[in-house]
Amino acid sequence: MSVQAEAIAPRRRLGRAATKFLANRSAVFGGVLVSVFVLMALLAPVLTSYDPFATSFTSIRKPPSADFWLGTDELGRDIYTRMLYGARASLMAGVVSVAIAVAVGVPFGLLAGFYGGWVDASVSRVTEALLAIPFLILAIALAAFLGPSLTNAMIAIGLSATPIFIRLTRGQTLAVKTEDYVEGARAIGLPNVLIITRYIFPNVLPPIVVQATITIATAIIAEASLSFLGLGQQPPNPSWGSMLNTAKNFMTQAPWMSIFPGGAIFMVVLGFNLLGDGLRDALDPRDH
Amino acid sequence: MSSPAEQPILEARGLVKRFGGRRGIFDSSPTVHAVNDVSLRIARGETFAIVGESGCGKSTLGRLLLRLIEASEGEVLYEGQSITALSQREMRRLRRDLQIIFQDPFASLNPRMTVGDIIAEPIRLHGLARGKAVQARVTELLGIVGLRAEYADRYPHEFSGGQRQRIGIARALAGEPKLIIGDEPVSALDVSIQAQVINLLEDLKDRFGLTLVIVAHDLAVIRHMSDRVAVMYLGEIVELSPVDPLYEQPLHPYTQALLGAIPRPDPKDRAAPKLLQGDVPSPTDLPPGCRFHTRCPHARQLCQEIRPVLEDAGGGRGVACHFWREIAQMETATTQRARTDGALDRRLEVYRAAQARREADSSQAGKIL
Repeated sequence: MSVQAEAIAPRRRLGRAATKFLANRSAVFGGVLVSVFVLMALLAPVLTSYDPFATSFTSIRKPPSADFWLGTDELGRDIYTRMLYGARASLMAGVVSVAIAVAVGVPFGLLAGFYGGWVDASVSRVTEALLAIPFLILAIALAAFLGPSLTNAMIAIGLSATPIFIRLTRGQTLAVKTEDYVEGARAIGLPNVLIITRYIFPNVLPPIVVQATITIATAIIAEASLSFLGLGQQPPNPSWGSMLNTAKNFMTQAPWMSIFPGGAIFMVVLGFNLLGDGLRDALDPRDH
Repeated sequence: MSSPAEQPILEARGLVKRFGGRRGIFDSSPTVHAVNDVSLRIARGETFAIVGESGCGKSTLGRLLLRLIEASEGEVLYEGQSITALSQREMRRLRRDLQIIFQDPFASLNPRMTVGDIIAEPIRLHGLARGKAVQARVTELLGIVGLRAEYADRYPHEFSGGQRQRIGIARALAGEPKLIIGDEPVSALDVSIQAQVINLLEDLKDRFGLTLVIVAHDLAVIRHMSDRVAVMYLGEIVELSPVDPLYEQPLHPYTQALLGAIPRPDPKDRAAPKLLQGDVPSPTDLPPGCRFHTRCPHARQLCQEIRPVLEDAGGGRGVACHFWREIAQMETATTQRARTDGALDRRLEVYRAAQARREADSSQAGKIL
C-alpha cells in the first residue's frame, strides 16, 4: 500500500478544487469582480433611488456630484442608475448567449467526436464554414437578419459562439474516446448513451467550463458592440453598449458618459477572464 | 460436434484484422495487417498466454476475442456460440461473462468517478444487486482484491499503480465473469508489485473458477502463470504449446530466439546468445511466404515462397515452420555436445578444491590466533 495514498484525507474532489481556486489570488479577484457586477444587477432597485428612464431638463450632462455619483447623460438621466440596470442587460446577454452556444455546441461536438464518420464530417464542415466568418461580423449579420432587440442579439451571439464549442468538444471527445477507460466502459457492456454521459462528458467538461467563462466576456463585448450599433438593447432601455453609443457624441463635453460604462465593460470582462483561468487551473484533477 | 466437456470456452476461427487501407482523394492510409488468420481454442479453467514482441498484434487479438474491435474476417465463439454476428444489445449482455484488465492502470479508470462507482457500475448495469446490496458487494469486492472499504469514496488519482490495478481487477470481477483477458496486466507495474498482482490473479482464478487469457511480453511472468502459450509473430501464431515443453524445447526458431534472449545464470551455458538480426518487418508490407524468413537463421528457399501453417507437433503442440523437425534434431545435437564438453567441469573441480583448501587454512589460522 502506498504511503502517499494513505496520507491523503478522504476529502471530495470538489473540496480540493475549491481550496486550489481560493489559493489563486487573481482567480479570487476575478470571482469577486464578477460577483460584484452580478449583485449590482440583481440589487439595482435597492442600490439607487433614481428611475433609469426619468429624464430631467434641469440636469442635462451634469458631471459627477453628490446627487449624481457618476454624472448624468444627454437627457438628464442618472448614469449610475442606468449602469446598474444596464448590468442586467450585459450579464444576461453574456450568460444567455453562452448558454445557447453550450446547449447547441456541446451535444453536436460530443456526437461528432464520438461517432466519427459521416456525422463528424457533416458537423465539422458546417463548423469550419462558420468559423471562417469572424465572430463579431457573424453576430452582426445574424442580429441584423433577426431584427434589433436584446433577445435577438443574444440568439445571434449565441449562434455565433456555437462553433467554438462544437470544435472544442469534438476535439476533447476525440482525445478522451481513445482512453482505456472508455474501452473499459464498452467492455462491461455500457450502452453508448451512458458512455457519452458518464465517461466522455464529465471528462470533456472542464475545458468547456473554462471556455464558457471566457466566452461570456467575449459575448458581453459583442452585446455592447451590437447595442452600440443599435442592434441590441433598444432605447430607452439601458445597456452599457447603447450608453456608449450616445456617449460617443459627447466625448469632449461629457467624458463621464463614456468612461463609466466603458470601465464597467472592461472590469466585467477582466473578471470573467480571470475567473476562467482560475477555474481551468482548479478543475484539473491530476495536479493536486 | 464435440461434447460439452471438451468444448472450449472461447474459440477463434481464422481471425483477421486489418487497419486502415482507405483509398481516398484526401486521405489514404496503408493497410496494417495486425492479425492474420489466427485460430485457437481456450479450454475452460486454463490460463492461456499470448506472447510476442510489441507490435505483433497480441493486444489486437485480445480485443478481437472480446469483440471490443470488430474482426475483418473470421469469427469468435463463446461457449460454442458465435459472438461475431450478435447485435450490440445481445453483445452487451454477454460482456458480463467476458472481462478485460488493462495494461496501464493510470489510464484505465475513469478519473471522474469514485472507486465505489467504478466498481458498482457493472453491478448496477447488469442488475446483480440493488440499493444497499450494491454497496455491500463493492465492499466485498474491495476486500477480495485486498483494498480497504473506505477507499470506495476516493478517486483513482489518489492511488498507486498497483492499487489502481487492483481496482481494475475488482471492477472486472464485479460482473461475475467466466473469462478475463489481461492485456499486459502487470507490465506497467514495479517488479515488486507485479508479483502481488500475479498472485492475486492466480488466487482469484482458483477461487472463482475463472479462465484467464494473459497477453504479455514478459516470458518469466508467462512461465509462472500459464498452462498454455501461443507465440505470436507479425499477427500470426507461430507456436502453440503447453508451457513447460515450450520453455524446455522450443520448436519454432522464433520461440528459440525469444527464449535465447533471456539471460541465464548458468556458468555451463557460455555460448553467446543467438540474437535475431534486423527488425520486425512492417505490418503494412509483409514478407511473402513465412513471415519470419527475413530474420530466421534457418531460412531456405521454400520459406520465402510458401507460408507454413500451424501443424500438429504432438503432445498438444503446434508449430508453423516448414523445417521444425530438422531444427529440433540440430538443437538436440548441439545441446548434447555442450553437455559432453567437460572442460568447464574439470576447471570447476580445480576451483572448488582450491577453495576448500583455503577455507581449511584460514580456519587453522583462526585456531592459532
